[in-house]
Amino acid sequence: MTTTDPSSAPHGAPREGRRGFLRELWHVLSRPSSVFSLGALVIAGFVAGVVFWGGFNTALEATNTEKFCTGCHEMRDNVFAELKSTIHFSNRSGVRATCPDCHVPHNWTDKIGRKMQASKEVWGHLFGSIDTPEKFADRRLELALHEWARFKANNSLECRNCHSTESMDVTKQSPRAAVAHSAYLFNGEKTCIDCHKGIAHHLPDMRGVPGWQ
Amino acid sequence: MKIRFKSVRRFFVALAVVVSASATSLIAEPLSSPLRGTTPLDEVAPAPLITPLKNSAEREVRNYPEQPPVIPHSTDGYQIDLNSNKCLSCHARARTGESRAPMLSITHFMDREGQFLATVSPRRYFCTQCHVPQHVVRAPVENDFIDIDSLLNAAAPGARR
Repeated sequence: MTTTDPSSAPHGAPREGRRGFLRELWHVLSRPSSVFSLGALVIAGFVAGVVFWGGFNTALEATNTEKFCTGCHEMRDNVFAELKSTIHFSNRSGVRATCPDCHVPHNWTDKIGRKMQASKEVWGHLFGSIDTPEKFADRRLELALHEWARFKANNSLECRNCHSTESMDVTKQSPRAAVAHSAYLFNGEKTCIDCHKGIAHHLPDMRGVPGWQ
Repeated sequence: MKIRFKSVRRFFVALAVVVSASATSLIAEPLSSPLRGTTPLDEVAPAPLITPLKNSAEREVRNYPEQPPVIPHSTDGYQIDLNSNKCLSCHARARTGESRAPMLSITHFMDREGQFLATVSPRRYFCTQCHVPQHVVRAPVENDFIDIDSLLNAAAPGARR
């Protein structure tokens, strides 16, 4: 130990003591280990890496499930209840789009970005910003606008993770859908969310939203 | 007295014969209704299958001038409430250019005093009160409705209308 004993140090010593600790830490970290073998350090580092990285991704996946999302009543009683009657919840082929399929990017970096953004939602939950149906109704347009803006900005990426234009056969569609997709989707003039708003949740008051009255 | 007793007995015998005959005829008679099928009245008929929706988007001719046009496409999941009206996102005046859908009739802008408003009158806002999508079904009962044009033609063939 090279640092002085803080208790016996004169005025201003705690600062000196901390600086001393940092210096000692740097001293230890910057020099080769004299106790552990290189092999042991490599193996321990690898194991620790597996544990931390695996744990991180497991936690990430755990927060990316329908069960987790519907764990709070704001989601379970409002948006999840609305999803249940739509084709994205139950349908002829038995495929379900769960909350993160549409609301969390699948690409890793974007996913981490969205997860960090979601810390604001934790704040909202703790302080009850939408904890009653009335509060939710009041903020519904604002929240929906955020999601529409996100879909518009990434060209409806979360839709296209399942529905791609390349594998879309307009001859199998209803005439109305075939005409609309040919005229607006395939030439890139519009993206999915421009027309398909409110397909998984109820719509907010749409006055002022382009294309609605 | 003896005669009377005999007639009473004969009456009851006759009654028993009539009742049993009518009861057996009720059971024996096969029940067949276009709506109900052949299921006996004291049993629950199997639910009919859900028929496919007409989704051709081809306009259908009205059967009489005042008939609200039927919807020739699926409206599953269309939200029509205080917040939004999915039908109007295509059929509103300003939307028809892009959607190529028929504009809703100008009569829908009229309030109950006959005044035309600038947009859809609240009393005409809920489209599916009058306009409904159609299913492909075989009509269970015969329909002898005659189109007004056919009636007029029959009354005065070749007349100008």
